[in-house]
Amino acid sequence: MAMLTLSPDWPGGYWLHWGVFVVIILVFVMAMIMGFIYLERRGVGRFQVRLGPNRAGPFGVLQPVADAIKVLLKEDIIPAAGDKWVHWLAPVVAFVPVLMLFAVVPFQDGALLADLNIGILYVVAVSSISVVGIFMAGWGSNNKFSLLGAMRAVAQEVSYEIPLVLSIIGVVLISGSLSLNEMVKAQSIPFILLQPLGFLIYFVGALAEINRSPFDLLEADSEIVAGYHTEYSGMKFALFYLVEYAEALAISAIITTLFLGGWRGPVLPPFLWFLIKVVGVFFVIFWIRSTIPRIRVDQLMAFAWKCLLPLALINLLITGIEVLVLPAALPWTIIFVNLAIMVVLILLWSKFFQLGGGRVEV
Amino acid sequence: MRFERYGIGIAKGMALTLRHLFRRPITTQYPEERLVTSRRIRGNELVWDRDKCTGCATCAKSCPQGTIQIVTSVSAEENKYVVEKFEVDTGYCIFCGLCVEACPYEALFMGYAYERARYRRSELILAKEGLLASEERKPSGYARPKIEVTLPRQTLLVDRDKVRR
Amino acid sequence: MVNIGPVHPSTHGVFRMRATLDGEVIVDLEPVFGYLHRGIEKLAEERTYTGVIPLTDRLDYLASMSNNLAYCLAVEKLARIPVPERAEYLRVIMAELQRIASHLIAVGAFLNDCGAFMTPILYMLREREKILDLFEMVSGQRLTYNYMRVGGVSHDIPDEFLPALKKFVDQMPGFIGEYDQLLAENEILLARAKGVGILPKELAINVSASGPVLRASGVKWDIRRADPYSIYDRFKFDIPTGSVGDCYDRYRVRIQEMRQSVRILKQAMDQLPSGEVRSEVPHLIRPPVGEAYGHIEAPKGELGFYLVSDNSIAPYRFHIRAPSLINLTALRDMIIGWKVADAIIIFGSIDICMGEVDR
Repeated sequence: MAMLTLSPDWPGGYWLHWGVFVVIILVFVMAMIMGFIYLERRGVGRFQVRLGPNRAGPFGVLQPVADAIKVLLKEDIIPAAGDKWVHWLAPVVAFVPVLMLFAVVPFQDGALLADLNIGILYVVAVSSISVVGIFMAGWGSNNKFSLLGAMRAVAQEVSYEIPLVLSIIGVVLISGSLSLNEMVKAQSIPFILLQPLGFLIYFVGALAEINRSPFDLLEADSEIVAGYHTEYSGMKFALFYLVEYAEALAISAIITTLFLGGWRGPVLPPFLWFLIKVVGVFFVIFWIRSTIPRIRVDQLMAFAWKCLLPLALINLLITGIEVLVLPAALPWTIIFVNLAIMVVLILLWSKFFQLGGGRVEV
Repeated sequence: MRFERYGIGIAKGMALTLRHLFRRPITTQYPEERLVTSRRIRGNELVWDRDKCTGCATCAKSCPQGTIQIVTSVSAEENKYVVEKFEVDTGYCIFCGLCVEACPYEALFMGYAYERARYRRSELILAKEGLLASEERKPSGYARPKIEVTLPRQTLLVDRDKVRR
Repeated sequence: MVNIGPVHPSTHGVFRMRATLDGEVIVDLEPVFGYLHRGIEKLAEERTYTGVIPLTDRLDYLASMSNNLAYCLAVEKLARIPVPERAEYLRVIMAELQRIASHLIAVGAFLNDCGAFMTPILYMLREREKILDLFEMVSGQRLTYNYMRVGGVSHDIPDEFLPALKKFVDQMPGFIGEYDQLLAENEILLARAKGVGILPKELAINVSASGPVLRASGVKWDIRRADPYSIYDRFKFDIPTGSVGDCYDRYRVRIQEMRQSVRILKQAMDQLPSGEVRSEVPHLIRPPVGEAYGHIEAPKGELGFYLVSDNSIAPYRFHIRAPSLINLTALRDMIIGWKVADAIIIFGSIDICMGEVDR
């Protein structure tokens, strides 16, 4: 029964804690997804010198609700020759792991559903399951272009997992524990300063994981192969759409916890600091989306294997050396050393690594 | 050693987008706000002045499409033909304005309005009474300088932007 | 064998490419067009010389003033009609403004195809709206202007045109600088567009490519210099050329051409004389028997009209040398060997308009 330990100041029994937090997580995720959809459309509109949607409700606040209602009223089309169970289960398999991720994200000191002492390992493991959902979607559609798109998605997600995990290990080494709550408590200085290269690698890898710009070639309008969710309509398509935003929310939450200091902050209650940081990270995510063009698929794979992976390994090596050799050094020394190493590495890699070309002689 | 492609291009682009976040959006919320159109707008219908028209059919001859149909009968008064049928099919018209330029008596004008959608194609064919000027059917100043000076000035979008070099 | 079908997700109109793929690489390409054929050359034989002008508007509908200008030059050559000075300057001003407007859409659509989620095209449409406001002030419409006439232009400019043009010309270099800052050095754009879709110099000359496509391949050929029409020999401007002939060079050439157009506009505004804007021309023009070819440097290339007259009020034969169609003949050689995503980018960088290709 060692799993049923609670934080010391929580009243009531174990099941009350579980019930309250499940409700909190569901409400938080759903509300924040609606808020993110609204924020993104208004925000991208303002970046593009136009207003976003402002007709549905005051200031367009009910726009996500209008989208949801529209999508629910659509006819549900199932391909006749596809694998029916696989086709039906795919959105569920893609969506549920993202919800499960929030079980270990600390909203406040000790306020999480389950304070697992292997928190970050759980996060990495669970987030890989939604890749299976994507592949099931491509398979069950009986459309060779969907299958191709799904295989490309799987290749992209799997190759970007490795630098992601390696950059997380840097944070683990510095904070000394795998539990997310302990990591936040250990951040008297936010880890983004101590691990700048790790933050960049994690950010880029996370954008590739959630299939967002600049890595969103599967939902691109200018590709002829239409992607793994072509044959979906109605609520199942809505679930895939929600998966994209829920994953963006999950990534923002994890970046906040690992690198930006979670719920720590001076004046406001910790829950509000958490929200502010999550919204800030999402702002950067859709700022990038509205500015940068897309990468081609072979350039994407080259970027992961030839650029991010060696940088992640070097980052791990340097962090390991620092933790061993200078454990009691002043944090400012480490910050400057790490920043200098990051700048040098990025300049070096840009010299040796040329994207482009790729013409095949016919 | 020259350094290139280390991310500075992306950073510059993103700085520019961020600056745009703080600019006024250029959207005009139609139909609540409308911009004033040009005084010479070749708007969506023709306007006919029955008193000045003599039935010479120069407009019909200069129309590239053959949209205007005129049937007249000879009458002895005032050097004018009696116009029995003056019909314009605004669904076939391309609004080029050649008829308005060609009229020697300034009896034909382009319309000033631009929201003249109809539900049926037969309502697009305008005959004599439907072509007269009225409150909703104002004439525009295309090739008619006397009307042009009475119309309001156009809203220009160059006046709204102040950009530092 | 796959259809990159007539209904494109991106712009450029109804164009179909039948591509044979090997994995992801295109090994053969067959362009199929004709979805927008309207029979303009035949329709022109039933209209008077002045009545053809609204038809020419609808050829390259994104650059109407240039089409009008080329046609009027052809008829004036055929019938030997002089044009007053003020009309010549007004024609140059309109043509250069139209060049800027057309290049704005071309660059915006190209960047949109690269995947930048419509941000560049929206910024460029903001400037294009200002140009369209100027055109609306002068001619009354925003897309098919019908402004030039045989023997001059149709109406004189109103009083508020020159101050508005001056404001626009002052603001425009700042905006072109902003476009450079947004995406010119972006690493991802460089990775996707540099070295992609190279059109070698000899091939460009052999297929008679013209316009920015030819200049980006390294050939310094501009009709405004090589065979000056109207009064272009009075203005000082440079001709930007590229070196390699890839998509990135075509994009840079268009941005530089916009800067040169602003330069020409400033000179034309300063030198604008007064006078009348239309010479005395009969209502129904009846040119003597003969033929003439009038060509200009349109934004998309060399636009030429070949007119044969048999002394009647309508042209006997009216042929259009469309730059987009001639530039398209090099498409197959540019695309083979690249992937599907590159095919869309290469096609976007040639900048065609289906109204011209299909006539």
